[in-house]
Amino acid sequence: MQLRINGKDTELAAATVAELLDEQGIDPGARFLAVAINGSVVRRAEWQTALLAAGDSIEIVRPFQGG
Amino acid sequence: MADPLVIAGATFSSRLIAGTARFPNQQVMLEALEASGAEMVTASIRRISLEGYSGSLIDLLGDKYRILPNTAGCVTARDAILTAELAREALNTNWVKLELIGDRELLYPDVEQLVHAADELVRKGFIVMPYCNEDPVSCQKLADVGCAAVMPLGSLIGSGMGIANPAAIELICSRSPVPVVLDAGIGTASDAAQAMELGCDAVMIDTAIAKSHDPVRMAAGMRAAVEGGRLARLAGRIPKQRFAEPSSPQLGLVGS
Repeated sequence: MQLRINGKDTELAAATVAELLDEQGIDPGARFLAVAINGSVVRRAEWQTALLAAGDSIEIVRPFQGG
Repeated sequence: MADPLVIAGATFSSRLIAGTARFPNQQVMLEALEASGAEMVTASIRRISLEGYSGSLIDLLGDKYRILPNTAGCVTARDAILTAELAREALNTNWVKLELIGDRELLYPDVEQLVHAADELVRKGFIVMPYCNEDPVSCQKLADVGCAAVMPLGSLIGSGMGIANPAAIELICSRSPVPVVLDAGIGTASDAAQAMELGCDAVMIDTAIAKSHDPVRMAAGMRAAVEGGRLARLAGRIPKQRFAEPSSPQLGLVGS
């Protein structure tokens, strides 16, 4: 399934946000992560159940240094 | 706590909000933040690197500081709002330093979109602190839509040019119904003191500390300047006059 992850087109088999993070080598239990699909935040509690669809645009973010 | 800063019901004993970017390394950042006395520090929200990611900045700052996430770099209200929502999810805070940039070179705010985004974020339950123009009308509009504070710029972000228009900052401070935090442009301690003397409730400093030759010492200097400026403001400065007035007694001069 073709997904756009952090601005990059990627071919993935993941069906849920949790699987997606896992496939990308990101620990879904890591603190301070946030995910949005098509401009809407998906709460952490929904990562196991939120289903992905082909063409979805996904943002995976965390805090960095800032002013 | 004597003379606390109150924003949206939260009280702070420090009137210095510190940035966390541009330090030579994390150890210097941590020591400088400590020396600054800041209780609230800013962070950005960025895409993680898919090629492996290290521990989060927030792990280092722990529970020691209130984190104020920003929407730095956003040029549309839509992106700024999504960034604020992602920050709320990542950091479990509804506070946001709202930045909406209208010019990528000057980093000047886009006031039209800023007011729109602020309005929407307030409706969504955010505590909004917008980086804005040093213009009393923009600041009033932002307060009117429910911003918890306004953050007018002293001069361009990262420029170190100090307060370009002190009269405008003073006007904003005298009229604002919400706390005024001077943001951007501070270059050295006297700029921070001046902001406080003009009536600002707090100052936000990043580059002036982080890019100093000795960030930890500069952080201590900024802390002292903010405290000194605040005390001077509360005490009330003497009026300026165009003639001399001797400070020593006129009577009993030797040899007269």
